Formats: sequence, structure tokens, C-alpha cells
Amino acid sequence: MREIASEQIAAVIRRLCIQANCILPEDVRARIAACAQEEPWPQAQEILGQITQNYTVARERMQPICQDTGMACVFLEIGQEAHVTGDLTAAVHEGVRQGYRDGYLRKSVVKDPLRRVNTGDNTPAMIYWDIVPGDRLRITVAPKGFGSENMSQIKMLKPSDGEEGVKNFVVKAVEEAGPNPCPPIVVGVGIGGTFDKAALLAKRALLRPLGQPSQDPFYAAMEAELLERVNALGIGPQGFGGRTTALAVAIETAPTHIAGLPVAVNINCHVTRHQTEVL
Amino acid sequence: MAIRITTPLTAADARKLRSGDSCLISGVIYTARDAAHKRLCQRLAEGKPLPFDIRDAVIYFVGPTPAREGEVIGSAGPTSSYRMDAYSPTLIAQGQTGMIGKGARGAEVIAAMKECGAVYFGAIGGCGALLSSCVKKAEVIAYEDLGAEAIRRLEVEDFPVVVVIDSQGNNLYETGRAAYLASQK
Repeated sequence: MREIASEQIAAVIRRLCIQANCILPEDVRARIAACAQEEPWPQAQEILGQITQNYTVARERMQPICQDTGMACVFLEIGQEAHVTGDLTAAVHEGVRQGYRDGYLRKSVVKDPLRRVNTGDNTPAMIYWDIVPGDRLRITVAPKGFGSENMSQIKMLKPSDGEEGVKNFVVKAVEEAGPNPCPPIVVGVGIGGTFDKAALLAKRALLRPLGQPSQDPFYAAMEAELLERVNALGIGPQGFGGRTTALAVAIETAPTHIAGLPVAVNINCHVTRHQTEVL
Repeated sequence: MAIRITTPLTAADARKLRSGDSCLISGVIYTARDAAHKRLCQRLAEGKPLPFDIRDAVIYFVGPTPAREGEVIGSAGPTSSYRMDAYSPTLIAQGQTGMIGKGARGAEVIAAMKECGAVYFGAIGGCGALLSSCVKKAEVIAYEDLGAEAIRRLEVEDFPVVVVIDSQGNNLYETGRAAYLASQK
């Protein structure tokens, strides 16, 4: 049994919260640059240039890329041979508390959805657990902004709606979101499972490196087709028109019930932030 | 060429702006998001004065990150404007002439803008680090308990925006998209 101290976990999460908010992953930067090359609309190109300049300024000053430093979504893959000493859940929240304080990140969490008093330290984090083989602990922090989260949709389709029904629902969700989620966006799609599982799959799809297609050729083709259809909408960067409405579409799937076809679309803005560390 | 605007922005000047115009705003603007807007409208409903002069004012929908030692403000990009749709018509009727945000607006807001002479500017969403360098001074003037959502008086210099919806109701989100799609045919 390998031991991992909860204090160490808190320290890692603190660091990941700050890094994720100030340093955009290289895959997102590269994808924006590639889209700018292909963008035929001058105003759209100009906006993509300013977005890139913002990433550079943020990294140089270690300043948040966006003022919405998000709800801290923390994904933990815990090796079943690892033993955490101390309180793991408390360590995650403590790491978020320290990261948002020491990184001068915005505290955007209210304690109750209707009574709406700010908790003051951006806790609690949203924690997603997975038990996996091995003795390692893989930690991913993905701060999620709500301008884009609010534009997400879920629908329980009928099996007879099939592939076309799924595709139409995804494209419709992006069109209805329009300029609101700060395009260019990343579209995470979850298909199958149960009502809640589909949403979780969509959220996990946002963690996949941009440009890396689904390992299933059937879904890789669907991702490519959906990206084409979404970028044919003409919404463009910031909604001012252009080709680059989305940087990527990523699909994750799960087995589902004979009667069901759940589909969830989780939308992320161009600031698709995540940082990972393995202990 | 960008149009230079100095606040306060009169309704007469707001009416001259057209959807698609690039502008650089200098002068005093006020920050307010959902919670602050709710309180402002509550005060008006109670017949009480607002914490700043709403006439000819420009409100920026933003909740900045905390400033570090020696900094004026943290990252400060626009938040989604539609969440203020429930409140903006009331404030526009009181004399507000400008809003800075991002994303779509509802029909009631646009109707109020047309009636009173107000304009909706868009700043680039997700560029908070870049935009913060245009803020030269920041001071909380009301609702400090709201933290990031408190009302701040900002002094800005050449703050870059685009007129998204003008006082005639022309909307860049519709015309920009249509023009791009027409160019691809």
C-alpha cells in the first residue's frame, strides 16, 4: 500500500488552481492559431488575435486569463493500491481555498442556489471520483466558467431519433447559445448512460486535448462532421460572424438502456482550462 | 478608425453611434452584475437615491478578480449581459445611456434603448487580463459585502468596445453573422 499525505494533495491542488487559471494549455493555443489561419472573415481573425494576445499577457503576469475563474472542478483518479492519510475531501477543498486566495482568483461560489450568499473562498469544489487500478493519484483541476456552463443542454432523446437526432440536438444547442458562451467554444458531448451520466460524460469530454479525436472511428467521424456543421452556422468569434464558432467537438459515450438515448452538451468558452498532476 | 468616447455619454451622443462601430471609451464607468442590479432596482422601487448618478452613465457588467498589491484591478472582462435584462430597462428609463457586456439582449432592453437613446457595447469575452490594463483607477462605492459583485467606480482610458446594438435596434450579432454567411455563398 502506497501512502499519499492529504497535505501533499492540498498543496498540489492549490498550485493547479493557480496554473490552470493563468496558463492556457498548449493544445488550446495551438488550435486557436490553426483556426486563425483558416478564418476567412477579417473581423474574426482580429478577435482571435486579441484572444491570443490575452493568453500571452496572462501567462507573463501570472494573471487570470478570464475574470470568471470558475467553479473548481476537481477530477481524482485514485489508484486502489494507494492509501491517503488524513481527510482527502477536506484536502481538496483546502487546496481550492488556498489556490483561490493566494492566486488572487475570483470567489464565485454561493452557498445556496436560492439564498445566494458567497462562501468567500470559492469552496466547495466540485469533486469527481474514480477508483482505478494501480497506486497513483491523478489530479486534474478544471476551473469552469459559467458564461458557457449556462448555455449547456441535456435531452432524453428516443432511440428512434438516432444519429441524426443527436447531431441536430448538438447543433441546435450551439446555435441557441449564439454569442453568449464567448465563442470560439469547445463542445463536450455525452451520449448514453443515464440522465446524470450523460452530463458527466459531456463534462469529461471537455478535458480531452483539442485535436485528439475519439478513439472510436465512428464517433471520430461524427465529431468531425459536427465541427463542420457548427462552424457553418457563421456565429464566429464573439458572435460577430465568422467561421470559428467552435475549436473542437469531443464526444464521450456509455452503454445505455434499451428505451433511452440521453444526450448532453456541455459548452466551454475558448478559455478551456485544465491542469493535471500525478502523485 | 475607432471612435473616441468620453463619459458621461449623453443620449444625443449615444444616438449617433451605429452597430459595428469600434469605440475607445475614456472616463468614469461603473461596474455592476446581477446582485448589484437587483439592489439598484430595489432602491428605485422604494423611491431611494442610487449610489451614483445614473444619468448619462455607462455600466460595465463585470466582476473582476481581486487586485494584487500595487495593481489597480485584477482581470476584468465582460460577463453575459442577458442576466441583466430584467433590470436594464428600469435603469435606462432613469437615464443610463451605455452598457458594456457580451452576448445577446432581450426585446424589452432593446425597446428601452430605442425609446430613451441608449447603446449596448460588447467587449471581448475571455480577455480579462488584456482589458484590465485600460483601467487606471478602481474604487468600491457601494455594496462592498458583494465582493466581486460590488459596485466599483472605474476610470478607464481607451477601453476597447464594439457597438453591438445601437439606439435604432441594429444588432451586430444578426448583421455580422448574416454578412459572413452571405460572403460564403
